[in-house]
Amino acid sequence: MTETIQDELVGRGNKEGADLFREWFDGLAEHAKRGEGAAYVFVMGSMAELLHVFDFPLVLPEITSLQTAVRRVADKYLAEAEDYGYSPDICGYVKADMAVQLRGGDHPMGRIPKPAIAVMTNACNTYIKWAEIWERMYGTPLFVIDVPATRQAGGQFQPGSADFERDRKYVEAQIRELIPLCEEVSGKKFDIDRLRETLKYANDMNTGWKRVLELNKSKPSLFNAVTDGTVYLGVSNNLRGTEKGSTFFKNLVEEMEYKSAHGIGTQIVEKYRLGFVGVPCYPIFRRFSEMFTEWGGNFVHSTYLNFASGGGSMGYEYDVNRPIESLAEGFLISVREAMDNMFHQDRVVISWVKDYDLDGVVYHPIKSCRTVSTGLADGRRAMMAATDVPSLFIESDMMDKRVVSEAQMKNRADAFFEGLASRREMAKISS
Amino acid sequence: MTNHLFGTWQNQSLEGIFAECRELAENADFPTVKRWRENGGKVLGHFQVYFPEEIAHAAGMLPLKMRGAPVEPTHSDSRFGSYLCSILKTSLELVLSNRVELDMFVTHPICDAARNLAAVWGRNYSYPCQILYLPQNANSKASAEYLRGEYERVKGDVEAVTGSKVTDEALRNSLIVYNENRRLLRQLYEIKRKQPWLVTGFEAYLLMTVGGMILREEHNELLKTAIPLIEARPAKRQDKIRVVFEGGFCEQPPLDLIRAISQSCYIVDDDLLIGLRWILEDIPLEGDLLMNMADAYLEKSSYSPVQHDARKPKEKMLLQRIADSGAEAAIITAAKMCEPGLEDQVTYTKALDEKGIPYFVGEFEENMTSFDSMEIQLETFTENLIFS
Repeated sequence: MTETIQDELVGRGNKEGADLFREWFDGLAEHAKRGEGAAYVFVMGSMAELLHVFDFPLVLPEITSLQTAVRRVADKYLAEAEDYGYSPDICGYVKADMAVQLRGGDHPMGRIPKPAIAVMTNACNTYIKWAEIWERMYGTPLFVIDVPATRQAGGQFQPGSADFERDRKYVEAQIRELIPLCEEVSGKKFDIDRLRETLKYANDMNTGWKRVLELNKSKPSLFNAVTDGTVYLGVSNNLRGTEKGSTFFKNLVEEMEYKSAHGIGTQIVEKYRLGFVGVPCYPIFRRFSEMFTEWGGNFVHSTYLNFASGGGSMGYEYDVNRPIESLAEGFLISVREAMDNMFHQDRVVISWVKDYDLDGVVYHPIKSCRTVSTGLADGRRAMMAATDVPSLFIESDMMDKRVVSEAQMKNRADAFFEGLASRREMAKISS
Repeated sequence: MTNHLFGTWQNQSLEGIFAECRELAENADFPTVKRWRENGGKVLGHFQVYFPEEIAHAAGMLPLKMRGAPVEPTHSDSRFGSYLCSILKTSLELVLSNRVELDMFVTHPICDAARNLAAVWGRNYSYPCQILYLPQNANSKASAEYLRGEYERVKGDVEAVTGSKVTDEALRNSLIVYNENRRLLRQLYEIKRKQPWLVTGFEAYLLMTVGGMILREEHNELLKTAIPLIEARPAKRQDKIRVVFEGGFCEQPPLDLIRAISQSCYIVDDDLLIGLRWILEDIPLEGDLLMNMADAYLEKSSYSPVQHDARKPKEKMLLQRIADSGAEAAIITAAKMCEPGLEDQVTYTKALDEKGIPYFVGEFEENMTSFDSMEIQLETFTENLIFS
């Protein structure tokens, strides 16, 4: 009986996540086939809760772009965009999407519908530059939701303060301006009860995501934050504010609670608990992960799971009795959390060292994304000054194979683990 | 405290003024800032592109435009990764190498890299290091009120650093100084547009760029001295192509590159140091002054790749700049690794292609010392235009 439960539960999240991901792409292809447009949104503040009220299918171009890398065809897409005129030194996601648009939506996972509306935050400035491309290509209406984030390290404005209320009101005013635009583009009236419904689903997902991340403090850890975590992250973004997303996260919590209670870890014997800072190396996704797992290193947490979930990881719960006001508050707090996990990552990582009992931290800045990567070297210095946890700093890219030097990365990873092993031996001797 | 931090330009010929400006612009030890501090003054360093300097000025601080410098990033290199623009590294280098000492640092969410600076700076210094969240939704009805609140917040932080209140009277006086400064810069640019043979793009840039390193009162005096001398110059019109230079909104091209372009073209308009000229009209001196400043930022302002405003599509704004200045061609540049600049290069060139306006595309880095091939290409470009 126990074995049957275990068979059903363990690995369910990965399987369901993969199925839902395929379903999401298939749904987009159906929309494209019917010539219907979609809402183009981004992972850090998608506003899915509101857009679902108007039945927009959601395209997340960061995810469609990274899939070209995972499927090892990104180089062709990047080359097409560069032939069009884009520099090798700009974001690879932008270029892959540009090539998808130039190909009329052609993507290795199916056809992508054109943008009927684009909604973005300022969490990444490139979001705005990216959307300006669709504006020029198709005349797509753009809406930037400007989210004022942390002004100074450790100085987040807290709910109840005048400064916070000023920021919240600004976000709320913008949401109220976005609603009529959505009505105009979709031809559907805003229904506040439907918003309440999507907020409830988003609450399930936020609280579930937070719980799943907390459960990975278990020893051994329950999932690999870089590989398994990316599957869960995909659902948290693609299905945000939906019933399927809600069910997925309830199931995932159930699976992780079970694994934690029964001491079931990942498929490796966990020797080293690692933190990951940055964006995964998608062009060699599997090999990248193996560079660490083959030494018994498991990523127990990742800033990526925090910022690329738009801060959903902090588990904010909307108050459905005041939906718009609460949406503004939750959006502000969550997107700000996403930004803090990029700009002030040192504080996050230092807290993990104790909370997740880390043996090491891997920093992976990438050429394509200056939002995430600019402050990592300095953040690492701060982390090293505050803790005695070793770290590895390797640069590559999340899209462009030309700047991914696999052999060199592996050498660095090997040396890092040799250092960790020797450190552990020394500790044994001295104790 | 003296307003004359620069001073050596006084009692000089026009050529002498240009020479003094160049010397100051190239001096990475920032002697004007040192002089200010020696007299007990406090300094607010603000990263590109725009900062409401009036607030710091009204508090008695020296607002210093942090826009990189011709220095090697020997200390700051270890704080950053590989794929970044130079200005980010050299700006931090200035403080890490003690060339410049600050009492407060402010950056803006202008680009993915620059918005990291408050955190990087803050990990290395104990004085206030923050982001002024200039609105990225310039089209919301709530943006001006929000921005007013941001200015109020910054004012409070500046007051905490200086220990003195910024009164309405002090702010009004600063607005008078800055309104005059922007008027004088508009006058200088008007000469560039209408009689570019009187002042080269390089010379005009020298006059403008020192403004970010001295008090605006002195800069006003400098401009009020230089502009009449320019207007009285016995220079003759030459057979040069009139161009608009685009791509200097943040990291600045090396002075010698601007000089080289000025030798073969008339730079009749540009976006160099656009933050100094961001506000296009006088800011009103009555009523709620911070609201007036916020309103001017949003409603009476120029354009750049780092601000999205549905009313100001960048390619249309460039075409307007070309038309208004009577330019025949454009030089479309971007700093190396500058994401917004490189992205808009494509936007601009497609728009210019559609309109049949000739353009030259290039990339630069502030510390470039050799651009022979760019110079030759540019000469070929201008010769082709002249003889076509």
